[in-house]
Amino acid sequence: MNIYVLMKRTFDTEEKIALSGGKINEDGAEFIINPYDEYAIEEAIQVRDANGGEVTVISVGNEETEKQLRTALAMGADKAVLINIEDEIENGDQFTTAKILAEYLKDKDADLIIGGNVAIDNASGQVGPRVAELLTIPYVTTITKLEIDGTNVTVTRDVEGDAEVIETSLPLLVTAQQGLNEPRYPSLPGIMKAKKKPLEELELDDLDLEEEDVEAKTKTIEIYLPPKKEAGRVLTGDLNEQVQELVQLLHTEAKVI
Amino acid sequence: MTETKKIVKGGSFLIEDIAYQDVFTPEDFTDEHLMIAKTTEEFIENEVVPQVEYLENHEFDRTVKLLKKAGELGLLAADVPEEYEGLGLDKVTSSLITEKMAGSGGFSLSHGAHVGIGSLPIVLFGNEEQKNRYLPLLASGEKLAAYALTEPGSGSDALGARTTARLNAEGTHYILNGEKQWITNAGFADVFVVYAKIDGEKFTAFIVEKTFPGVSTGAEEKKMGIKSSSTRTLILEDVAVPIGNLLGEIGKGHVIAFNILNIGRYKLGVGSVGGSKKAFELTVKYANGRQQFKTPISQFNLTKEKFGTMAAKIYAAESSVYRTIGLYEENQGKLSTEESKDIKLLANSIAEYAIECSLNKFFASEVLAYVTDEGVQIHGGYGFMQEYPIERAYRDARIQRIFEGTNEINRLLVPGTLVKKALKGELPLFQKAMALQEELMMLLPEEPGDEPLAQEKYLVKNAKKIALLAAGLAAQKYGKALEREQEVLANIADLISNVYAMESVVLRTEKAIAKDGLEKSKQKLLYTQIFCQEAFNEMEATAKESLVAIEQGDTLRMMLSSLRKFTRHTPINVIAKKREAADVLIEAERFIV
Repeated sequence: MNIYVLMKRTFDTEEKIALSGGKINEDGAEFIINPYDEYAIEEAIQVRDANGGEVTVISVGNEETEKQLRTALAMGADKAVLINIEDEIENGDQFTTAKILAEYLKDKDADLIIGGNVAIDNASGQVGPRVAELLTIPYVTTITKLEIDGTNVTVTRDVEGDAEVIETSLPLLVTAQQGLNEPRYPSLPGIMKAKKKPLEELELDDLDLEEEDVEAKTKTIEIYLPPKKEAGRVLTGDLNEQVQELVQLLHTEAKVI
Repeated sequence: MTETKKIVKGGSFLIEDIAYQDVFTPEDFTDEHLMIAKTTEEFIENEVVPQVEYLENHEFDRTVKLLKKAGELGLLAADVPEEYEGLGLDKVTSSLITEKMAGSGGFSLSHGAHVGIGSLPIVLFGNEEQKNRYLPLLASGEKLAAYALTEPGSGSDALGARTTARLNAEGTHYILNGEKQWITNAGFADVFVVYAKIDGEKFTAFIVEKTFPGVSTGAEEKKMGIKSSSTRTLILEDVAVPIGNLLGEIGKGHVIAFNILNIGRYKLGVGSVGGSKKAFELTVKYANGRQQFKTPISQFNLTKEKFGTMAAKIYAAESSVYRTIGLYEENQGKLSTEESKDIKLLANSIAEYAIECSLNKFFASEVLAYVTDEGVQIHGGYGFMQEYPIERAYRDARIQRIFEGTNEINRLLVPGTLVKKALKGELPLFQKAMALQEELMMLLPEEPGDEPLAQEKYLVKNAKKIALLAAGLAAQKYGKALEREQEVLANIADLISNVYAMESVVLRTEKAIAKDGLEKSKQKLLYTQIFCQEAFNEMEATAKESLVAIEQGDTLRMMLSSLRKFTRHTPINVIAKKREAADVLIEAERFIV
């Protein structure tokens, strides 16, 4: 089976976000594989181990992304592809990433493509579905279970806490939700083997893409931190008084009603 | 023709200078090193830490399961060569594993005793058959190892062991009798490396399996700390050990014991660095969350002073320990597979850095003691309560100053080994000390420049002279009787320790500045400035105390005046530097460089 994983390099979840010059300051920050993409990698490895085939992890990123790709290889993926857009694209968006990925994938005969449900940084959840649209294959998002029997696939997806079971078939794109599996840590032998596994680096040119083809469809106007959380307030008095006070505060202070 | 790179001689740092390109620093870790460190951290965080309560209550079946799981990840195989189904990774890797394991307290001892003192005697000194028989099982965790040297009557005096071995009439087995005390992993280990005296005199190592009839263990010891590790007496009653299980050579057990101790010492240094970082992180997080007078206590300047001091010390310990590991990697990496099977060559290559190993052992374990003590202090009353992990860290830290040779024994070893090396002509120590006497006559005051590290390099240069002055004077005055002057010897060890640590931080920071620029090396520079200033102040007092003990009258006055020349400098404002360093640490909520 020909399996592809879409992976993004993101800020470490424990990293504090700081802004400088209207941009997120990346100096000295730790980066990780987007946690949802870790589920995707784990699932891909399990599917391969059960059905045979090959797992290729692809990322659109910069030179630094090689580290996260190596980690994916150390977990057990077979090959990695880095599409390095650092020098060409300054402000990409989900369209940019999806377009590049689809262009790479269009002649690869992928049976299964797995991505994370969202990336923990921009959290758009768009790249997976967009890639499927461009490749004209079906997709199912936020999955918590994947069963493959020949080309028939049964997918359980998380719908706001409930489960929805969908039957579909390969080729297919799915995005992974927490609970799909428990991602493994790269083992030491895995880490040492990863050094020797193929990691291909491509640029837009190699995909016959021009910068205009992938120009972002959105523009970031401003980046700002969420307002500092104020201390909470406990309302007192009997229930009626509390409700009245709450309504009034929502109206005058929070200005939401 | 093979290119021979000049090997740095053990102890040579005291009399020679070395370029930063020639020292290993944590900034030289490869991506693989860092990935393996991360796997270890995740293993500890996700698998071990949730079980600490059970482990502390001696539920050692859990320890065994965790060790097997570690085995599946390859965390037991780093030091075992590939030909015996290990991973054969470098010393930096196995050290990083040791460092990261330290976050789990007592479990790190179970791991360390297995991969270190338990398995290494076979890795390094086993014959082909023994390696094939045991190493694959030890690397996977299928069998777990322990090390049995200490006895009730022989601790620091390891060779005074009473356990005996006697060849049976058939000549097939050695019959072992005796008791080994405080054996880590004894509760569940399958394989013990045991030292016994053949015919009551020839000190020899044996591989003893738990299943051999006559092997038993005593009750679990009730310890002050590292309760998560199993510690018991190993009892040997007429245990028949096949002659094929004799490790190394008859009567050469001390070669194995002392070299395993050397390795154990630098590994203990690395573990102390890991424990210090963990304790620091616990403390700085607590201090950020704890408010008094409506202010997080991390914001008080006296707390910042503590963070600045702790972090500078951790930086010094980390720099020293990894520098030593780099020396080992360089030196042993140079041995071919054939050469590394030559026990004499191998033993010499390990013993080469005995001084550095002892320095790391006592310095890093005392940094850990300092950091965990201040950690409790910053936690205030909560630090005294068992719900707070700093309480356990404080108790767990205490043993580090005791085992692998007490810090006192290790201090005495430093000048002792130096003198031995000098007498053997391996180090021109006496020549340098003489030259120093002449130099003293013509010494002119010097002003270091203003560029970064200029002052610290100047302090290192003079620190070496101060250490040589005291050591040279002591050797000259006491001759062979120096051995009895233990207080002076310990002082000399402290002087040398500070030289090694100061030089290690300066070289590391210099290397970092050369690679990443000054802007990105600011924190490192601050630690270097703080540490060098404080270590130098300490040296001044230690040297003075020593000179006064050794000499008197006019000679003493002359010596003190020499010391004054060497210590002349304009001190930096460490209070300001510590505040600056602390602000970054408080923001990061962990030790960063």
